[in-house]
Amino acid sequence: MSQTTTEIRLAGSGGQGLITGGIILAEAAILDHKNVVQSQSYGPEARGGASRAEIIIAEGPIFFPKATWVDIFLAMSQKACDQYSFDIKNDGIFIVDTTYVKQIPTSSAVAIPISAATREKFGKELFSNIVALGVLCEACKVVSGKALKAAISHRVPKGTEKINLEAFTFGQKLAREAQKNHNEADSEAIAADT
Amino acid sequence: MNKKSSYRLLQGNEAVAEGALAAGINFFAGYPITPSTEVAEILADRLPADGGKFIQMEDEIGSIAAIIGASIGGCKALTATSGPGFSLMQENLGFACLAEIPLVIVNVMRGGPSTGMPTSPSQGDVMQARWGTHGDHPIIVLSPSSVEEAFHYTIKAVNLAEKYRNPVILLMDEVIAHMRARVSLPPESMVERINRVHPNMPPEWYLPYERSATGVAPMASFGDGYRYHITGLVHDAKGYPTASPNECRDNIRGLFTKIERGFREICLVDYEQMEDAEHAIVAYGSMVLSARSALEQLRESNCKVGLIKLGTLWPFPRFALEQYLPQLKTILIPELNMGQIYREILRVNAGKAVIEKLNRVNGTLITPSELVKTVKGLIR
Repeated sequence: MSQTTTEIRLAGSGGQGLITGGIILAEAAILDHKNVVQSQSYGPEARGGASRAEIIIAEGPIFFPKATWVDIFLAMSQKACDQYSFDIKNDGIFIVDTTYVKQIPTSSAVAIPISAATREKFGKELFSNIVALGVLCEACKVVSGKALKAAISHRVPKGTEKINLEAFTFGQKLAREAQKNHNEADSEAIAADT
Repeated sequence: MNKKSSYRLLQGNEAVAEGALAAGINFFAGYPITPSTEVAEILADRLPADGGKFIQMEDEIGSIAAIIGASIGGCKALTATSGPGFSLMQENLGFACLAEIPLVIVNVMRGGPSTGMPTSPSQGDVMQARWGTHGDHPIIVLSPSSVEEAFHYTIKAVNLAEKYRNPVILLMDEVIAHMRARVSLPPESMVERINRVHPNMPPEWYLPYERSATGVAPMASFGDGYRYHITGLVHDAKGYPTASPNECRDNIRGLFTKIERGFREICLVDYEQMEDAEHAIVAYGSMVLSARSALEQLRESNCKVGLIKLGTLWPFPRFALEQYLPQLKTILIPELNMGQIYREILRVNAGKAVIEKLNRVNGTLITPSELVKTVKGLIR
């Protein structure tokens, strides 16, 4: 595959809305005039069980629909994090929801308590997937925020557009704060070294 | 969605539903089953709005019975199911073959046998699609390998069913059914629609199974004033059961002749990089996706490999292989089963090239890198 290909994997437990999240990301990529393929893998249960969505975004043609060398990984459960993080690129972006992921296999992860923060802000975890999209958008810019917002409005149930867009913006804010804290911790570490 | 762009994000099953509507399907009876449910879900919403009928039946036996009845009544009828449901449909599928009733069954294959792996991909029903119902019978089986093809092959399936008065099976695997891709569908005015030939003689002259020059008899709809008999027994030109050896022969041989006459039109095959190929991958369904990706890598390392993509599985498009046999040293057949089309390739090859299979039955895809490794091993 060419250099312009980005492979994204959203993994968690069934019911967290990650396949919906994958569909929204894919639709946003189309709005950004890119080629895209989205696939999914899930168990027979309606809720619980491992669930993952994979999105491949490219400028050119995409042949194989599954991710094989992942650029961006979002884990929203410990099981998903353990099972599906084996083929992440060394310089890949690793996002974890620390509400459910307690053991993180890398120190360079974007670690945010996505579900807990969503519950605190909106009273329920229902919007965690959209908050996660906000985090992902801010952390990697693979699709534009404008396209993602349009795709969210198109795909979420009618009447919930406004609150979902709020959730998205909230996710972006969480990512920015995490980045800031990370940078500060870095400079403190450097200062302590010297 | 962005109005300026004609591109949409479409799922394989959605593409089937869109294709069914574009082809003029106006009757669906079915029972939801993973991984085909979206077809029923979408048509339940869209068909009634379009003036068509949607019925959720009590099971898959009832589902195929209902679409047989609808087709006899003049509707273009389709159902969608998966392995367990497809098994239940086999008896009535044979009835539709013998009574020559146009209909389309979408079978989205999942891991089997029995309840198997409901959400995982498989290509285990290839032989069932051919021989699942008893007795000698012809069948048409198409297998799309992309979301876009799922749309076009559904239209083709409906058209072939109408033209040949025969059941057509659209055999998809879970990956094609559930993947979403960026596609652009043609406007309805660009879609070819074929309708069955209706009789134009006075009702008293009509023979429902008297074959025209094309090998297919005109089909009257019940209620059109043509009174005739339909049976699952082997029958004469009037449709009545017969034990006359000549009439029985004509009935059964006639079923085969009509499909043989249309063989080239029915067979959908594509060739990629076969001109100078010394080695070929023969693939269908999701295995085409793995093969294409492998081909790109193999060509980069100067391996003369090509792809023969089977869009039609039955009748088996043997010419697709035969024409390349003189130039081929090895042929690899990757399948998500224990080797079903592999046996057909062996039969057609008749010992000329080295034939190898690559099989997987664990509910995951064969990856491009596995294919690359296997092909390189074969070449060496």
